[in-house]
Amino acid sequence: MTTQHPLFQTLQQSRRRGQLQDAAVALAHGSGGKAMRDLIDDIFVASFDNPVLAQLEDQASLSLAALTAQGDRLALTTDSYVVDPLFFPGGDIGELAVNGTVNDLAVSGAKPLYLTCSVILEEGLSMETLRRVAISMKTAAIAASVNIVTGDTKVVERGSADKLFINTAGIGVIRQGVEMSAHNLQAGDCVLVNGALGNHGAAILIARGELALSTSLESDSQPLNGLVEAILAVCPQIRAMRDATRGGLAAVVNEFALASAVGVRLYESSIPIQEEVKGVCEILGLDPLYLANEGKLVVVAPRSQADLVLSAMKSHPMGSEASMIGEVTSAPSGVVTLQTAFGAERVIDLLVGEQFPRIC
Amino acid sequence: MKYVDEFRDPQKAQGLLKDIHRLSQAVIDRRAASQKEQPIKLMEVCGGHTHAIFKYGLEAILPDAIELIHGPGCPVCVMPKGRLDDAIAIAEHPDVIFTTFGDAMRVPGSQKSLLQARAEGADIRMVYSPLDALQIARETPEKSVVFFAIGFETTAPSTALTVLQAAAERVENFSLFANHVLVIPALLALLQNPDLQLDGFLAPGHVSTVIGTVPYQFIADQYHKPVVVSGFEPLDILQSIWMALRQLATGRRQVENQYSRLAQPAGNPVGLKAINQVFEVRPEFAWRGLGMIPQSGLKLRADYARFDAELQFSLPNLTVPDHRACQCGEILKGALKPWQCKVFGTACRPETPIGACMVSSEGACAAYYRYGRHSAATQVPVAPGRQ
Repeated sequence: MTTQHPLFQTLQQSRRRGQLQDAAVALAHGSGGKAMRDLIDDIFVASFDNPVLAQLEDQASLSLAALTAQGDRLALTTDSYVVDPLFFPGGDIGELAVNGTVNDLAVSGAKPLYLTCSVILEEGLSMETLRRVAISMKTAAIAASVNIVTGDTKVVERGSADKLFINTAGIGVIRQGVEMSAHNLQAGDCVLVNGALGNHGAAILIARGELALSTSLESDSQPLNGLVEAILAVCPQIRAMRDATRGGLAAVVNEFALASAVGVRLYESSIPIQEEVKGVCEILGLDPLYLANEGKLVVVAPRSQADLVLSAMKSHPMGSEASMIGEVTSAPSGVVTLQTAFGAERVIDLLVGEQFPRIC
Repeated sequence: MKYVDEFRDPQKAQGLLKDIHRLSQAVIDRRAASQKEQPIKLMEVCGGHTHAIFKYGLEAILPDAIELIHGPGCPVCVMPKGRLDDAIAIAEHPDVIFTTFGDAMRVPGSQKSLLQARAEGADIRMVYSPLDALQIARETPEKSVVFFAIGFETTAPSTALTVLQAAAERVENFSLFANHVLVIPALLALLQNPDLQLDGFLAPGHVSTVIGTVPYQFIADQYHKPVVVSGFEPLDILQSIWMALRQLATGRRQVENQYSRLAQPAGNPVGLKAINQVFEVRPEFAWRGLGMIPQSGLKLRADYARFDAELQFSLPNLTVPDHRACQCGEILKGALKPWQCKVFGTACRPETPIGACMVSSEGACAAYYRYGRHSAATQVPVAPGRQ
């Protein structure tokens, strides 16, 4: 082992670690030169902090043996995050970018392991904002037990993108014997959710500040892989699972009903929705069944296992408000209905486009 | 939710329903033998009622003898294509920021909707109040900010007050494309139609908070039909049906107020004064599905002409006829049920609406398509004319 002169060490460090001085992102930070290297080092490598990424290769190199030890199939997914505002009550774009991709992997029955992170930065974005987002991604990655192992940075001219867009892709390993699919539903199955619906969608609407409403609503952004593991531990025969993001509960259940050519009947009085979400929806004429969630899971279980699944969900911190909300019926095929508290039934269709507030 | 859940109590509904069953039988019993098979036809005038009826599935729990006719009270639905084309022409003007309520975004003009115009580059912004539009005007003095003023008497006062505010502040770059419509002339046009077979009306509660209950009196006096001003929660609607049946069962014909917690007999004098100060009644106005109706729309008075977008921009101003296959007019009169229209659910769907009633979720056809498609499709062949 050779000892280096302290000055030499400092010099080498200053070449490696960028000591980013700039207050805002400039086009130079995407140019491939020293400025870009500084940004990657000081923000991403420093925040994400893991040995695979620290290699700074153009790709992450992952051990196959380590993967195959955990299951027999790979799950691969990608998602882009463009939420506005970047920071909102209960979360931010960074946390969302990790949890969203983790959840997309988890609902296939996979154990999420590695994530990528590509960012598109608008010239002028404050470094402080970027750093906050990166740290938030790291915190979320720790909570979800995944590593962010490779990434990419692009900077576009002011006006060509809105502040910050993130794409994350993820790899997970699907446990042997788990076969979940939207095509698997059978008449008699039960439909469950892990908690109150609509909080993320309502929180974002409020956070945009156009409504001058003040609430204590927070996004429900959370990783679901722990909960999925708990569910599969008691019932590996779960038919289907999906996180109810854009389009809300209504979209997921409609996709299930269409894919399996069955009907789904939901019970209005069993669907958990917080009072504040109901209030926002009342004021704006929106339907909470269509509002986005970022930490809510729709699970379809065989009837014989449903109570077991429900109690497993309830005893997990991310499913303490879980509820059995409906059942699968043989007909009408591809149609979701809601039994109202009045005993009547109505169809819950897919939305045509965005949900718009009603005039009166 | 406090003050909301109380009006959604299923157990109270059961009590009302029992009485509704009893009263509807009493109404049928009063009829001549030849009329006993006819359903009791009640029109809920307002789109908000239609929305609630479908949302809570009220039709399915009412007795078979009661048929609800979904009236013309959805302001978005009744906007004719020609006016939409005018709105889009204004919105596509390069110096314009066009502001609108959200649910007007998808209404089809003859070529496109505001949503499509926005995708093509027009600066169209969704607002929640005309005051939001005025605020945009204050913040962007270099642009001309136009507010798409739509709605019945419910929304007209807020538009009028915004114009008064703009006038007081001398905001130069704010204007209105005024399309406010009036409910009484529309009801009169329906009542004058010889095809119309209605036994009574549930009058729009929110409009009535502005105009009061007195303007409906002619319906009871001259057309001998009961009118109940109705709220929008499920128990409001059931109670209003119960009140209308009680009139029919005892031979009374009156204007009754179920929504007395908000609607006063004289309405809202301050709101009415503001409307009257800013707007005057147009000689006639075109309604999608119903055609020209005299004295049924509002325009800005000459004193406020500087806020009138119709005078500031050159508009196509064409009358675009309703689609030939569309039978919205018949549906709004209660002569046809939505699924009996030739294009319902085929060419005319929420994503490609042809007629007024498919446009907004408050429209009768859209409500059937969205909430009742399954039951209409499976039950109609068995019992035609009933859902």
